[in-house]
Amino acid sequence: MKCQKCSKSATFHITDLTGDGLLALHLCPDCAKHYLQPEVEDTETPKITGVLSDQLKLEQTAEELQELDSKKCPICGISFGKFRQAGRLGCPHDYVFFGAELKPLLESVHGSTEHVGKRPQRGAYDTESQTELIRLRGEMKLAVSEENYEKAQEIRDRIRSIEDQT
Amino acid sequence: MEIDDLASTSGEWLRGIGPQSDIVMSSRIRLARNLADFPFIRQCNDIDRANIDSTVRQRLGSNKALRDLTFIDVATLEALDRQFLVERQLISREHANSDGARAVAIDGQEQLSLMVNEEDHLRIQVMKSGLDLDGAWAQINELDDQIEQQLTYAFHEQFGYLTACPTNVGTGMRVSVLVHLPALVITNQIEKVFRSLQKINLVVRGLYGEGTQAMGDFYQVSNQITLGKSEKELIDQVGDVVPVVIDYERKARKFLIEEDQNELFDQVSRAYGMLQTARRISSEETMHLLSRVRMGINLGLIGDLEIPQVNELFIQTQPAHLQKIHQSALSTDERNIERANFLHRNLKSQDN
Repeated sequence: MKCQKCSKSATFHITDLTGDGLLALHLCPDCAKHYLQPEVEDTETPKITGVLSDQLKLEQTAEELQELDSKKCPICGISFGKFRQAGRLGCPHDYVFFGAELKPLLESVHGSTEHVGKRPQRGAYDTESQTELIRLRGEMKLAVSEENYEKAQEIRDRIRSIEDQT
Repeated sequence: MEIDDLASTSGEWLRGIGPQSDIVMSSRIRLARNLADFPFIRQCNDIDRANIDSTVRQRLGSNKALRDLTFIDVATLEALDRQFLVERQLISREHANSDGARAVAIDGQEQLSLMVNEEDHLRIQVMKSGLDLDGAWAQINELDDQIEQQLTYAFHEQFGYLTACPTNVGTGMRVSVLVHLPALVITNQIEKVFRSLQKINLVVRGLYGEGTQAMGDFYQVSNQITLGKSEKELIDQVGDVVPVVIDYERKARKFLIEEDQNELFDQVSRAYGMLQTARRISSEETMHLLSRVRMGINLGLIGDLEIPQVNELFIQTQPAHLQKIHQSALSTDERNIERANFLHRNLKSQDN
C-alpha cells in the first residue's frame, strides 16, 4: 500500500477521531511522524510531551514502551510513564536515572546536551549525600504515613546529621 | 509592606524610561533554580513544601543583601490578592492557582521577585523598564550569587542547573522583552514577524506568559533554548533581534502616517475619546483602546498624556487592580462600570 500523502510505501495505519468521525490514514514513516507531531502550542507542557510521544511512538515497540514506562526512579518514585504524561520530572536524580532516555529529548528541544553557562561558585558538591537526603525524606514520609513514629524519629536524626555535615 | 500598599504605587518597569521605551515596555530575566536535597515540586508533599518555604525564608533572611526583601505568604492570600500579584507580574498564574505552602519575595521597587515553590523551588526574576537586558542580567546574576551562598542548588556537571521541566534545564534562564507592536498588527505584518522569530528559536507570547493571548498589542519575545548556550549568548540572541522588530514597528508606523495620516489620527482620537467617555467598558476593550492611545502619544498625535500614565492605566484597569483600588469585590458588570469611571477620572484630569 502506498502512503496517502506521498508515493512511498505506507507502514503506519492510523485511525484518528476527528470532528467528522473516524479517519483512516495509511502513511509512510516520514508523513506519519509529521502527522503525529502535535500542532504548535504556546504552552511548554504539551510541547515537551508532544516531542516525547513523537520520539517514542516511532522508535519503540509497544512492549519496549511499556517496559520503559514502568521504569521508576528509586529516589522519588516517579515512573518514566508519569513523566511522559506530565512533562515534569520528580527529583534532581531523575536526570541521572533517566539520563539515556532524556538525552535524545534534550537534543531535540535544545539542540544540545551540554551545559556551557554559569556554574555555582561553591564547588563542593556531594551529590551522593544530597540524593541520600531526598531518599531519607521519602522514607520518613512513609514511616509517618504508617504511623511508625519511632522509625520516623530515627530517620529525622540521620537527616539532621547529614545536613550538619554539609 | 502590605498588598494594599502596592495598589496605590506602580512598579519600576512601568516608568516608561530606558532605551526604546516607546516600543519596549520592559525587559525581564528569570532563573529557575532548585534545592539539591528536595524532590521537585510535583513529588513534594505538604511537609516538603513547607520545609522548602521555611528553609528559603530562614537562609535568605540571614544574608545582608537579601534581608530587605519582603516575603508574602501566597498560600494564605485571598484569590483577589493573588490575582493582583499576577496582574502586577510578580507571580505567575500557576503560582497563584496552585496549592500548598508557597511565597513570593519582592523588593520595594518591584524590580526583583523570587517565587518559592512554583514549578521549581525558586523562580528568580528581575524586571527593568525599556530594553535593558544587560542591566537585568547584572542584577539577577548578583542576586543568584547571593542566594547560592545560602542554599545548595541542584546542579549537574553536564546538564547544568536541574529543573522540573527539561525545557528549562542548563542555564534555567528565560530572557523576555515585552514589546508594543500596534502598527504591525494594523498592517497585518505581525504573523510574518512571529514566523521569522520562531525560525531562530525565539518564542512570542501574550502579556501574561504561557498560553495567554496578546492583549493590547503587547507581545513577549523570549528564548526557547536554555541548554548548550551561555547566559550571555542567550541574552544576545534576544537582544540582537528585538531592535530588528522595533525597526519593523517603526517602519509600519511611518507607513501608516504616510499612507493616511487622517485615518490614523482618527483611529487614535476615537480610541482616546471612547476611553474618556465610555460608561461601561471591558478589560479587553480598554487594553485595545489604550494600545492605540499609547501609539498616538509616541507619534505626537496626543499631546496631553504621558507614556508612564498610559502604562499605569494598562495595569490599574485590570480586574484585580480595579477592585483593590475600589476597595471591594465587584461583579463583571460592576467592574465594567467602575473601569469606565476610573478612566473618566484619570483621563479627564489631563484636559485641565
